[in-house]
Amino acid sequence: MKQFDYVRPASVAEAVAAAAQPGAVYLAAGTNLLDLMKGDVTRPDRLVDITHLDGLDGIEHLADGSVRIGALVSNADLAHDADFARSFPAVAEALLSGASAQLRNAATVGGNLLQRTRCAYFYDTASRCNKREAGSGCDARGGENRTHAVLGWSESCIATHPSDFCVPLVALDAVVEIEGRGGRREIALEELHRLPGDAPQRESALEPGDLIVAVRLPKAAREFASHARYLKVRERTSYAFAMVSAAAALRIENGKIAEARLALGGVAAKPWRARAAEDVLKGVAPTADAFQEAAWRALTDAKPSGDNAFKIELARRIVVRALTLAAAGTPARLPALPASPFASTSGAIHA
Amino acid sequence: MPELNLTSAPAHLRHGSNIGQPLTRRDGVLKVTGQATYAADNHPPGMLFAVIAVAGIAHGRVTSLDVAAAKRHPGVVDVMTPDHKPQLAIDPEIKTNPFVFRMEVLQSNEVRYANQPIAVVIAETLEAATEGAVLLAPRYETLPALVGLDAGESFVPPVVGVGNPTENHRGDIEAGLASAQKQIDATYETPPQYHNAMEPHAIVAHWDGDNLQIDMPTQGLALSLARVAELFGIAHDKIHIRSPFLGGGFGSKGLMAGPPVLGVMAAKLVGKPVKLVLRREQMYGPVGHRAPTRQRLRLGADGEGRLTALDHHARTVSSTFDDFYEPAADVSHTLYAAPAIRTSHDAVRVNTGTPLFMRAPGEATGSIALESAIDEMAWACGMDPLAFRLKNYAEVEPVSGKPFSSKALRACYDQGAARFGWAKRPLQPRQMRDDAGLLVGWGMGTATFPALMFQAEARAAIRRDGSGVMEIGAHDMGQGAWTALAQIAADAVGLDIDRVAFKAGTSDLPDAGIAGGSAHTATAGAAIHSAGAAVIAKLADLATGDERSPLFGAGNTGVIAREGRLIRRDDESRGESYSEILARAGIAEVEARGTGAPNPATMEEYAMHAHGAVFAEVKVDPELGQVRVSRMVGAFAAGRIVNPRMVQSQLFGGMIWGLSFALHEEAVTDKRSGRIMNANLGEYHVPVNADVPPLDVITVEEHDPHVNALGIKGVGEIGITGSAGAVANAVWHATGVRVRKFPIRIEALLTQR
Ligand SMILES: Cc1cc2nc3c(=O)[nH]c(=O)nc-3n(C[C@H](O)[C@H](O)[C@H](O)COP(=O)(O)OP(=O)(O)OC[C@H]3O[C@@H](n4cnc5c(N)ncnc54)[C@H](O)[C@@H]3O)c2cc1C
Ligand code: SF4
Repeated sequence: MKQFDYVRPASVAEAVAAAAQPGAVYLAAGTNLLDLMKGDVTRPDRLVDITHLDGLDGIEHLADGSVRIGALVSNADLAHDADFARSFPAVAEALLSGASAQLRNAATVGGNLLQRTRCAYFYDTASRCNKREAGSGCDARGGENRTHAVLGWSESCIATHPSDFCVPLVALDAVVEIEGRGGRREIALEELHRLPGDAPQRESALEPGDLIVAVRLPKAAREFASHARYLKVRERTSYAFAMVSAAAALRIENGKIAEARLALGGVAAKPWRARAAEDVLKGVAPTADAFQEAAWRALTDAKPSGDNAFKIELARRIVVRALTLAAAGTPARLPALPASPFASTSGAIHA
Repeated sequence: MPELNLTSAPAHLRHGSNIGQPLTRRDGVLKVTGQATYAADNHPPGMLFAVIAVAGIAHGRVTSLDVAAAKRHPGVVDVMTPDHKPQLAIDPEIKTNPFVFRMEVLQSNEVRYANQPIAVVIAETLEAATEGAVLLAPRYETLPALVGLDAGESFVPPVVGVGNPTENHRGDIEAGLASAQKQIDATYETPPQYHNAMEPHAIVAHWDGDNLQIDMPTQGLALSLARVAELFGIAHDKIHIRSPFLGGGFGSKGLMAGPPVLGVMAAKLVGKPVKLVLRREQMYGPVGHRAPTRQRLRLGADGEGRLTALDHHARTVSSTFDDFYEPAADVSHTLYAAPAIRTSHDAVRVNTGTPLFMRAPGEATGSIALESAIDEMAWACGMDPLAFRLKNYAEVEPVSGKPFSSKALRACYDQGAARFGWAKRPLQPRQMRDDAGLLVGWGMGTATFPALMFQAEARAAIRRDGSGVMEIGAHDMGQGAWTALAQIAADAVGLDIDRVAFKAGTSDLPDAGIAGGSAHTATAGAAIHSAGAAVIAKLADLATGDERSPLFGAGNTGVIAREGRLIRRDDESRGESYSEILARAGIAEVEARGTGAPNPATMEEYAMHAHGAVFAEVKVDPELGQVRVSRMVGAFAAGRIVNPRMVQSQLFGGMIWGLSFALHEEAVTDKRSGRIMNANLGEYHVPVNADVPPLDVITVEEHDPHVNALGIKGVGEIGITGSAGAVANAVWHATGVRVRKFPIRIEALLTQR
């Protein structure tokens, strides 16, 4: 591994100053960053370890009814916070469907948001990759790309963002609080990740030195708590990234959908909010037909980027299922296999 | 000959040391407390770290390496390249015996496959060596890579597996197919797979003058030693290999591969001990793998569901520079009683490391195709898959006409089916759902694996204090050899297991052959058994020839060894202890050697195989296509069970591997570059706990008087066979979709709602 400097700033301001230097990156739990460094995919000169900063590891309930999650809260702690899980069940379910127990114990909220793509060509330094090395080409095009993007991709990059956590967050209008050289600002999570366009190396709206300090879920996000699910199709029952996933949240009043939220994971370079689908659900009864219609709307713009046309059909079916599950109501307890199609298996078999 | 002391006294269950007892692993506590020393745990003083730089291309030539940049990096001591390396005594391209495979040890700049070693950086720390390897920044002249089952002109290899004929026939296939009422013509594909033992390949090599000390996991101490000796031109007795524990091998640690040889070369180059450990991704290349196959099965059956013909052709690949051909079609020789059977193979050459033995080589790949085709034929005949298999039950080995040495497969079918509840299976697919609406399917497969024997030797001794010694250079790969072989040893010398010093795992001990082919317990066990018998015979000679002994005149077949005593067969009240015999004779220790080897006469006379029946239940999401196995039952007949606990673990492991074969494992290879795109345990999927259902293993009683003296058939590999097909067949039964390309992917099941 390349030799690097390691600094442990004492304050957020010091961290921002240290990380603004060229070649510096933030180190949170390192579950993604260290793998990338060991594989020579990223070769930073300096690691700015933020895990010892004070005040970034709390879950706060603010006066305006929103909830503020510190960037250093671990994925596991957040998912297991009973109050949080009750208010935002789809977020807890998404968190618990990700990675493994060991990784979730370590991984942080901020790191999860900014984890890099799992595109195999990005990881393979012998392959060409515009994201790893701007302008070098994209070996995923025409390569092994059955898991790649079907929405929002460009000729220069067809990678997906792999986070589960981000999918319900974007559906619920989460806001990201950022501390940068110019002070504090906030942006919608939906604005955090960028589509590749012709500059896939620029993955987020962050500027050098920008530190995510918290993620906030607005008060309105709680109103979906009784009808919110996350569903993730993957190639083994656990410890696998999503082939396609969806977060669905409904506010049902008098038998009609007063408001719907829908986002897809594993389909694009960002967590994909499906507003057109949300719109068709507004004010209608939660029926199979309505969900089918929503699914078509959600994938209207989808097109295969390689051997992955099946993901479009799969995404439609996942949308329908996630909406159906959400409509049926959030279960009282998180299933033992969170977000899995096998979540509700009880065992009895009928011919 | 001492009798085997097979006690069934329940008191022995915890204290017994004998064959048949479910002892826990004797090395278990060492392992769970981190005290078991694996190869890479050794740190001789002054040791340096070696890291391999591997090729980023699959075919071509290295044109430059920035050795200067690597050497400038702090901590880097030396860089071994084709131009700067110790000379070997023989050309590594020469195949000195059939168990020698070509390896890349910097003999040239040629690149034959991706991840081939092209240089070795030696440094004071692992980090410095790793960075040094990156700084080499190799440049290449790249040639087009040969990739996949259609990479080039196919050819018929001279042999497949280890010396098996490429083709085999019995009867007239075309006539059999022509007379058939039902025909199946189906093509199945299996992907390249990699062993992925938990413990990576590792070596700590230490030269002391021309003595060489090696710590290295190996499944074949003697073969490895011989290969090192010839490559470095040193006498066998100058080399000492320690391999007390392996963190799995599955065939990839059987024969000496290039990377450990590079470790020995590096140690020689720098004149210090060197440790070299492969990174996970480096295990996808130079240490073998299971080759991909495309298998065409043509089956015919008459109006009553009796097979009229079974034609099994397998296409596979080998490397561009050596020969190993996955003998996938051979599995069709033994299972089903078709009057006409033909098996054949062809191959193409591709730019990969040479494929090699991987747990059930040939049987695993062949079985999933054969069992799928049998299932398809049963359906075509409108028959229950078990009834169809029973209808075609082979009373003699179909391809040879030989009787089986033993075959309790019918009992496996019966007991497995009963435990599983198979009788309730609807014939039609897509008939069952669970109460969550998931599709449910039941499938089965027949398991089979040959009962092999290799050559082994053991040395036994009885000491004056009445204790015993058993020495054999056997290998504990995690399968439990430390325990099972010690149990055999204890019985062989008539002592409690705690009274026998059982020594294994180093190259200075008698040659135990190879831990492979599911033959290690049988082979090493036979050697142990005969060494024990021989030492007891010597002891008996001392006693029965001595007037002062109560055994005088009994003759050495007239005594039994039991619990540290020899007793008269005709009067068990008369006997004396081992220590009494040795004390009176004034001898410190008696010793003897024994061997285990196949018996050519029985091989000529009998077909010898283990068998089993595996039943699987899967659930499939009808819209989303995700699959989960919910239950598996396997019933296996494998001769004498030395240690039921170890055997159960082996069979569990095999069944999980079968599940993995059907649903998970695949090395994804870029068709353009020949690079493997998922060479890590994150993306090369094996089942995780949530994928592994409750498993039920039944070991069916089977007495085999022919296979070997102990009646052992081996259980290391059979669990994969049958299981993979059972899962695949269950997916069909759940969905009505027959997937013939493995592993079964979600997209294959999205076709139907
Ligand atoms: C084998 C494996 C399987 C996985 N499976 C899943 C899965 O199924 N689903 C899923 O969602 N995830 C999965 N993950 C990814 C995992 O969720 C991420 O690795 C983890 O969330 C990253 O968090 P971290 O704290 O370790 O981040 P780090 O690795 O420390 O950092 C990741 C990136 O974020 C930057 N960063 C971190 N914190 C901040 C901050 N506060 N402000 C600005 N930048 C910051 C770092 O500079 C770095 O670029 C898996 C990971 C592995 C290794
Ligand atoms: S898809 Fe994007 S990340 Fe993958 S190789 Fe192409 S440019 Fe790189």
